[in-house]
Amino acid sequence: MNFLETFRVAFEAIVSNKVRSGLTMLGVIIGVMAVILLVSIGAGAQAYITKELTGMGTNLLVITPGKTSMRGGFHPPSAGTVRKLTYDDSQALRRRAWLLTDAVPLVFGTGKLKYRNMGRDIMIIGTTPEFQRVRNLFVDTGSYISQGDVDSKSKVVVLGTKVKEELFGSENALGKVVVLSDARYRVVGVMQKKGTSLGMDIDDIVYIPVTSGQELFDTDSLFEIIASTPRAEDVDRAIAQIKDVLIKRHAHKEDFTIQTQGAMLETMNTILGVLTAVLGGIAGISLLVGGIGIMNIMLVSVRERTREIGIRKALGARNSDILAQFMIEAITLSGAGGVIGIILGVGLALVIPVFVDVLPTSVSLWSILMAFFFSAAVGIFFGVYPARKASLQDPIQALRWE
Amino acid sequence: MLELSHITKIYRMGGVDITVLSDVSLKVQPGELIAIMGPSGSGKSTIMNMLGCLDRPTSGSYRFEGREISSMTDDELASIRNVKIGFVFQTFNLLPRFSALKNVEVPLIYSGVPARLRKERAMPLLQQVGLFERMDHKPTELSGGQQQRVAIARALVNHPPLLLADEPTGNLDSRSGEEILKILIGLNQQGVTVIIVTHDQTVAARCKRIISVKDGQIIDDRGQP
Repeated sequence: MNFLETFRVAFEAIVSNKVRSGLTMLGVIIGVMAVILLVSIGAGAQAYITKELTGMGTNLLVITPGKTSMRGGFHPPSAGTVRKLTYDDSQALRRRAWLLTDAVPLVFGTGKLKYRNMGRDIMIIGTTPEFQRVRNLFVDTGSYISQGDVDSKSKVVVLGTKVKEELFGSENALGKVVVLSDARYRVVGVMQKKGTSLGMDIDDIVYIPVTSGQELFDTDSLFEIIASTPRAEDVDRAIAQIKDVLIKRHAHKEDFTIQTQGAMLETMNTILGVLTAVLGGIAGISLLVGGIGIMNIMLVSVRERTREIGIRKALGARNSDILAQFMIEAITLSGAGGVIGIILGVGLALVIPVFVDVLPTSVSLWSILMAFFFSAAVGIFFGVYPARKASLQDPIQALRWE
Repeated sequence: MLELSHITKIYRMGGVDITVLSDVSLKVQPGELIAIMGPSGSGKSTIMNMLGCLDRPTSGSYRFEGREISSMTDDELASIRNVKIGFVFQTFNLLPRFSALKNVEVPLIYSGVPARLRKERAMPLLQQVGLFERMDHKPTELSGGQQQRVAIARALVNHPPLLLADEPTGNLDSRSGEEILKILIGLNQQGVTVIIVTHDQTVAARCKRIISVKDGQIIDDRGQP
């Protein structure tokens, strides 16, 4: 009996019992769909994080006060601080660590922003002019904070577009005075529109000189220094230079932590990779349950068609013909379920980001192939037992079956 | 053509051995028309299954055209059933999902005949049993007599030398039964060996040779050639 014929017989058996076949397939459909969808969401998150982190500017080094043994990852800026990072530290790095293009001092936090009768809490970043270059965030109208503003602790502020629009609408904001945590600041510039990055609305931030920021947050320390090197190959040497400069200034103690962008990326990717594998595994379990559903239905089908098996055997079907017939039926059920599941999974993976912009997805070919072969394998694995049972029926007993 | 010698068949049921056939010997020449008669439980169906290569004897030898059956593998038996033997059952045993034509084609599937040729070979047989116009009908759309004729066409599609009919008229009214019997006798006249299991005296009376079975043994064998 050739393959095409076996397939046709199996197909006819499936079609002749549409509701049951449909429900059986549904188990596999949901399983495959879940695998593809969840893996796509995981991969999408990974791709998104990678893009956002590299989009911040290349070859960034973040120096935070306090020494932690943790490699990469995030920790609070002031955790375990021995000695503070100061504005002078950042200036020393600019002067002496020649591999660095920039060493930008940062303080940040939230404060109350008021203009006329409007006001709310807002993210404030205190920094220097080089921040624009390091983070790829540039001023649109007016000017950014200048070195002069930093040196003289000027009360000037640059607004993110969202803040500007909220407070001033289409009105010109330049030269207006706003109140930031009880101090009066003059608006000197408005940033370019950037959107959201890593869940943070970049347009909902205001920038002030780092020195004014230290006063505003009542601290003489920096929360971090962002440094950058022009070339990826220089990162290791740049780290050495930073250490060299800062250790000398900090009484020969390494009481700060340098994180590279690569390490952060690696950490994030590891976390997301594990997450994706866990999600995929959970979805895989549902696919397994779908496979058990197939086995169940095939066992019912074999029992129901005992007489048919007897007739076929009397007419000359070999055991292997009967085995093939039921195997292909099981594989067709799971394979068709797999294909429908792939279509739905890919479809949803493409549609979801359109409606839910915090859930980026990335459909990968390997997840599709894996889901398909896994579903076919489920069909084979759970089809063998019922099909073998069918093929070993005694023809006489089977013919007598009512 | 067929030779059963000293066949014994014992089934084991619930730890008890039940002897269904004991020391049955039987020779069948090509072209014979035989009725096997006996009350239910006499063992006539077991003889039929044995002759049809659906069952193996517990002891004794069965030679089909000179070849020993009892030592054959399942696949070899399947092939003999497919090519050498046509089965007609009391309950017709057509596949309910398939049309008459498809049903007739089934044995050809297992002989490896390609789909296109199967149709060509199945259609003349349906014509022969007078169901050419109904070849697209499903079994449920046919009368009992018509279903049995489809079953005969199916039994003949591989042109087997032996036709085994197990109570072929048992589920039919007398007029349809008579039609079926005429077809079987006609086939015998064309040279096919026909063996009919029946407990209907009028059916048996039409056969040249009548074998009576009781309690697993042949008690009478009239009209041997």
